[in-house]
Amino acid sequence: MGESASGAPDIAPGRLDAATLATHFAEAHPPLSAQQAMVEANRCLFCHDAPCIEACPTGIDVPAFIRKIASGNLQGSAETILRENILGGSCARVCPTEVLCQHACVRTALEGKPVAIGALQRHATDWLMQRDIQPFTRAAPSGRSIAVIGAGPAGLACAHRLALHGHAVKIYEAKAKPGGLNEYGIAAYKLTDDFARREVAFILGVGGIEIIYDQALGGTLSLSGLRRAHDAVFLAIGQAGVRVLGIEGEALAGVRPAVDFIASLRQAPDKAALPVGRRVVVIGGGNTAIDAATQARLLGAEEVSILYRRGRAAMSATAKEQDWAQTHGVRILDHAVVRRLRGRDGAVVAVAGTLGAGQAARPFELAADMVLTAIGQIFVADPLGDAEALTLADGRIAVDARGATSLPGVWAGGDCTAGADLTVAAVQDGKRAAEAIHAHFLHGEPAHG
Amino acid sequence: MPIFSTENPPMADLRIDFAGIRAPNPFWLASAPPTDKAYNVVRAFRAGWGGVVWKTLGEDPPVVNVSSRYGATHYNGMRMAGFNNIELITDRPLALNLAEITEVKRDWPDRALVVSLMVPCEEASWQRILPLVEATGCDGIELNFGCPHGMSERNMGAAVGQVPEYVEMVTRWCKQHSRMPVIVKLTPNVTDILAPARAALRGGADAVSLINTVQSITGVDLDLMAPEPVVDGQGTHGGYCGPAVKPIALRMVADIARDPATAGLPISGIGGIGGWREAAEFIALGAGSVQVCTAAMHYGFAIVEDMIDGLARWMDGKHYADIAAFRGRAVRNYVHWNDLNLNFQTIAAIDQTRCIQCGLCHIACEDTSHQAIAARRIDGKRQYEVIDAACVGCNLCAHVCPVEYCITMHPVANSAGALTWQQHPNNPMRQEAAA
Repeated sequence: MGESASGAPDIAPGRLDAATLATHFAEAHPPLSAQQAMVEANRCLFCHDAPCIEACPTGIDVPAFIRKIASGNLQGSAETILRENILGGSCARVCPTEVLCQHACVRTALEGKPVAIGALQRHATDWLMQRDIQPFTRAAPSGRSIAVIGAGPAGLACAHRLALHGHAVKIYEAKAKPGGLNEYGIAAYKLTDDFARREVAFILGVGGIEIIYDQALGGTLSLSGLRRAHDAVFLAIGQAGVRVLGIEGEALAGVRPAVDFIASLRQAPDKAALPVGRRVVVIGGGNTAIDAATQARLLGAEEVSILYRRGRAAMSATAKEQDWAQTHGVRILDHAVVRRLRGRDGAVVAVAGTLGAGQAARPFELAADMVLTAIGQIFVADPLGDAEALTLADGRIAVDARGATSLPGVWAGGDCTAGADLTVAAVQDGKRAAEAIHAHFLHGEPAHG
Repeated sequence: MPIFSTENPPMADLRIDFAGIRAPNPFWLASAPPTDKAYNVVRAFRAGWGGVVWKTLGEDPPVVNVSSRYGATHYNGMRMAGFNNIELITDRPLALNLAEITEVKRDWPDRALVVSLMVPCEEASWQRILPLVEATGCDGIELNFGCPHGMSERNMGAAVGQVPEYVEMVTRWCKQHSRMPVIVKLTPNVTDILAPARAALRGGADAVSLINTVQSITGVDLDLMAPEPVVDGQGTHGGYCGPAVKPIALRMVADIARDPATAGLPISGIGGIGGWREAAEFIALGAGSVQVCTAAMHYGFAIVEDMIDGLARWMDGKHYADIAAFRGRAVRNYVHWNDLNLNFQTIAAIDQTRCIQCGLCHIACEDTSHQAIAARRIDGKRQYEVIDAACVGCNLCAHVCPVEYCITMHPVANSAGALTWQQHPNNPMRQEAAA
């Protein structure tokens, strides 16, 4: 533990051969077979006032879609899901169901083994998407045009619902690809086979949605310009910044934000070309820390440690995620407070701080070739520019219960607003704002409230 | 046979003497595909079955069977909750069956070996076959008056079983032309099971066995638009059996057991028996032996091990020394509806510590019954509560509840004595209680 690093930092690509990497980054949880799905669907009790529905941020009628799987009505099942959550396919893969629907499942109370709602949701949505079925049709063109800023889950969900209502949607995306965190931020083994891209294609298939890439607010775009050009604006710009440690050594080579590491993994056509440290330290306690640490191991890092400053119970990564990392050989050290990153010749070689709770805290130093910081993302308000009196709350865009901001004609949702930083929560934000925008057009309801 | 002893082997004596046919236990394989030839029957005896009823013999030339032969009702992921077949009687030559029966009985003298028979409704046919069967040394015969498909259309099987006069006539022939115990197998495809049962008794039957299979179509192939099982694009009705038919069989067995005319007539219970518990139910309603087919076809012959072991352990727990000690014990409590006590009431109670908040009790009662379970939210948490005043004690909630012992039914203290419909003031035909 206290041993200090010797020699140059060891960061190298190609730690594992291509075949091993292919296995490591294959889908973590393969889909259910038709028969498995049937058995699992029949475990659903078809509850009255089902707790799982309430536990789903998008309010999917879970017992209804599961019953349709059991009856062999897979298209009906998929439509039941997609009606509430057009990103039901990716949510089925990335949702922390263990703290949402499956936590609420009465079978958890009955026998500690919930119905595998996420896996069943994937079964139904995969069935539909594999057949290129477009389940919904658009209403007649309304003549309204809406600007959606950001092609992540919130923006896509909002755009799709608006398109269904007959409105024309233009999505302005800062990056070169759509999908937001589904494309750049989710661990590679959770969304394999280019699923994020295929899901975006499926969503756009409804028609009436155009995406323009490399259009960042604050760069080519301004909020005031968008407001003038469109009948409404939906801001789904996420959290562009990462929180910094604010400690000595943060600028050393080999230290980088975990989200960047994850994004480069997702975008790499050849995982063997990705450099990874022999000894990797990840600082943080959320799912980003888990995803970064686990993937570092899977790339071939020999020692990977997650350092979390508080106790295990306080980690925002779910117990299931923590188990997942540990199963892959990641060590989790809690009550590990990093105070300094030690370097040599401009590159990080160790992290140092205290380990242990309260009185038991002792100094420690851990050798590291690569340090990934995962202590949170933050909303960056600068691109809003003139801001036109857009009110912020707790550092993010303030919205009412229906997603309206302080500016007339401007709604917002997803990670740039308060709430759980989950794909499914972003989808609900987008859907809800779309309905609010539509109601505003229909009834002249107040644009903010 | 066990090669080592356990510390507490079950003590109960499972041996039976059924209408003069002795067996080491009451578990017999029914006349059906599993008992079509020596190979299967020997495997069954090795597994521990107390007896078999050899698959029905007929006159040569043998029948011809179709492909496929079985349909099934799979329910909510449970395979073969109900099962049906359109197979006929043995399709092997008579002499081959007789030779194998002789050999098997010789090799397994302690097991019951009953031979099922079905020949045309002419005395000469029965006179011809009975001595041949008797010569095998088998323990008895079972008259297949129940087969509901194929054979009935040739005036055999259920076509006989549905006409009490024929049942009586053929039974009498068999008693006249052989010394073997005669078991008459009854078809459930009748309005009143007592009519053929009484007819069998009049004809001199030593026992009855029931039920044979229930006429059925298990399903329809919605692509082919044909009943299942499909034979070259078409289907026919078959005989239904398996777990789904047990309630039908229990009721018919019980009817015969309590009927004054047939009471005491040995009954071999058949229908949906897959384990010792079902066997115990049939025996409690009067059966002296039980016959199994579908469960063996589903899981193989090894199921008999737990049937024997489980029944004996349950009997030990109840202090029943042998089968006769509890046989027919439930018959006295099988009464006509008119004899039930209308003053008896139970109401449901929900154990909130067990409740998982599925709400099924509420919605069942709310939508389909008596609006006697309230759905409440207490600090956001679901709570389902019985409204005692509205509860009629129907039991539906306890049945739909997925949690064992969560909803239980409790008798309501009641000072009124028993009151049956026959005495009830609402009954225009009531019998005034004797002063």
